[in-house]
Amino acid sequence: MSRHTLSVLVENKPGVLARVAALFSRRGFNIDSLAVGPTEHDDISRMTIVVNVEDLPLEQVTKQLNKLVNVLKIVELDPSQSVQRELMLIKVRADADSRSHVLELVQLFRARCVDVAADAVTIEVTGTPDKLEAFIRVLEPFGIKELVQSGMVAIGRGARSITDRSLRALDRTA
Amino acid sequence: MTERMTGAQALVRALEHVGVDTVFGIPGGAILPAYDPLYDSVKVRHVLVRHEQGAGHAAEGYAQATGKVGVCMATSGPGATNLVTPLADAYMDSVPIVAITGQVPSGAIGTDAFQEADISGITMPITKHNFLITDAADIPRTIMEAFHIASTGRPGPVLVDISKDALQAETDFHWPPAMHLPGYRPVTRPHSKQIREAAKLIAECKRPVLYVGGGVHKARASAELLQLAELTGIPVVTTLMARGTFPDSHPQHLGMPGMHGSVAAVGALQKADLIIGLGVRFDDRVTGQLSTFAPHAKVVHADIDPAEISKNRHADVPIVGDCKEVLTDLIAAVERKGDYTAWWQVLDHLKSTYPLGYEEFDDGSLAPQYVMERLSALVGPDAIYVAGVGQHQMWAAQFIGYEKPGTFINSGGLGTMGFAVPAAMGAKMGRPDATVWAIDGDGCFQMTNQELATCAIEGVPIKVAVINNGNLGMVRQWQTLFYNERYSNTDLKTLQRIPDFVKLAEAYGCVGLRCERPEDVDAVIKQAMEIDDRPVVIDFVVHQDAMVWPMVAAGTSNDDIKIARDMAPKWESEE
Repeated sequence: MSRHTLSVLVENKPGVLARVAALFSRRGFNIDSLAVGPTEHDDISRMTIVVNVEDLPLEQVTKQLNKLVNVLKIVELDPSQSVQRELMLIKVRADADSRSHVLELVQLFRARCVDVAADAVTIEVTGTPDKLEAFIRVLEPFGIKELVQSGMVAIGRGARSITDRSLRALDRTA
Repeated sequence: MTERMTGAQALVRALEHVGVDTVFGIPGGAILPAYDPLYDSVKVRHVLVRHEQGAGHAAEGYAQATGKVGVCMATSGPGATNLVTPLADAYMDSVPIVAITGQVPSGAIGTDAFQEADISGITMPITKHNFLITDAADIPRTIMEAFHIASTGRPGPVLVDISKDALQAETDFHWPPAMHLPGYRPVTRPHSKQIREAAKLIAECKRPVLYVGGGVHKARASAELLQLAELTGIPVVTTLMARGTFPDSHPQHLGMPGMHGSVAAVGALQKADLIIGLGVRFDDRVTGQLSTFAPHAKVVHADIDPAEISKNRHADVPIVGDCKEVLTDLIAAVERKGDYTAWWQVLDHLKSTYPLGYEEFDDGSLAPQYVMERLSALVGPDAIYVAGVGQHQMWAAQFIGYEKPGTFINSGGLGTMGFAVPAAMGAKMGRPDATVWAIDGDGCFQMTNQELATCAIEGVPIKVAVINNGNLGMVRQWQTLFYNERYSNTDLKTLQRIPDFVKLAEAYGCVGLRCERPEDVDAVIKQAMEIDDRPVVIDFVVHQDAMVWPMVAAGTSNDDIKIARDMAPKWESEE
């Protein structure tokens, strides 16, 4: 098994997320992470889906995804050729004694402190899954009270855009 | 020019514009607004069926007999959920149908309103695509898109769910609307490089087989198939969905492959060094145990659906495209007839040593296979035969000679019992000049025979041959072979005449006939053939122990095909 990151451009219509998610579960794939959001084009949403599968079943699920009428384009993003980020908000126990230690780690990880209370701080951090994992590890000794994490979003490196051609297709039929 | 009208009127107008002449359906609360303008339409004939499942299968039968999109209509909730089985059936067999369902008013969606069911959610995995319309203005465009999606690329079912308020609201209608399907781009032109690769493999191989599936008929490519087969001299096997696509009487035809295929067809695939799959999906009923399927063969796989290629069996040469274009290009690329003399010796030996056969019973009872042989001989290859699912379906596939494409309609992928009667009705309505015979089992027949009332009232004189062995015969066969002859819940007691199919037929306004002895078969078939003013049902009472052979037991290798219980063919030790 290996991790694959798929960028899926879809029509921004009701029910599309359900179609995509249902297809994965029907064909027996577990989604590790899924993020959906708008793109630079109002009519297009972009999903970033991380799956843990062998190459052959991945090819099958990609083909099945392509058959969904609302799916415009699927691109697999190579981790070395793309920027991949997750966002995490993490609430850590931090009183007067430990706060400076925590804030030092925040600095080291280029995270941000977004809320401070008497006995806790809330930190915002973005990065690759590895970095976020490492951050969690160093904060654990202080006591993690709450943690929430987004799905991964990813974009290819370089000047090329995966939306260009799909946009042209949209414009042609509009 | 735009015209002001209700959503319901726009729906009927749109159906007229896309060329719909027949709709099978049942009205109800949420779809009621559509039935009012439908009442006035002179172009669209609505056929009031007795169960929505019948409407769906009728639409499938209509579609398969005509090549056009079949249409069914139902109300929200239970009306819509009764369409689930035919939609799944059409999805598995790539049948172009459009189902139009009423939905509760948009404001009530999500409130568990009376007769509310999330039919677009329910049918998501069993439709090619579906739509939920809550704005009357979207109706014409959506209908156009639905018909386009259903009928192009790999055909399939599309559901259009329309809320009642969208049907009632006023809108501006103009035709044609602009379709907006940026994510829908079926590939029909095969890649020339792949065609050259395929031609190269064809030139090099010694033991090729053309493995022909439903996609060839759907591409209307029988003529091209015949041309390629004769040009190359390659043997042909036709799957359950392709019976008739290549003439059974042709010397290059080896029969049907698969679980109940001929020894020659199954053996050819197992021994082949090249399989040219055309419009097929390497279904488990054809391949048997996948790991031992055609172990020596390279595979050329052509299909219009890229997801089918290399799904089950790796394709050495994948070709995405419409089978008509693929065949046309292959004909141009393949230069000459190959020398397959040694190969044909092997195959001819299998063909002559292991022809299809059956056991006759010495108690004078009727063998179901004999009924098929006589039907084939007397009714002939111009008729359309429509089967249900089970033993009778396999016998119909094996013992009727198909010479023309589209003359055998059945439920292949989903295996839907009860398919035959409503599908035969739909086929007959689509092709009123054709003789249509439903071949049904007594189990299947009891699932959907209520549509005989529709046939009688609407003047649809189908003929139904019920192969009545009193049992769920195929299940019983498996119990005989794999469950120690413990016949758990397979005896329908139909042989006790509950119900009496002759009386049942008569109650539905049909002619009911019965045949219990081999010597009466011809006479009863001829009698049925003479009746054309109403449907005919023949109760063929057959021996309950008749079995379907050959058989590859589920999950086992094709190499272990049995020609009768505990009897395996002797493969040639060398070739």
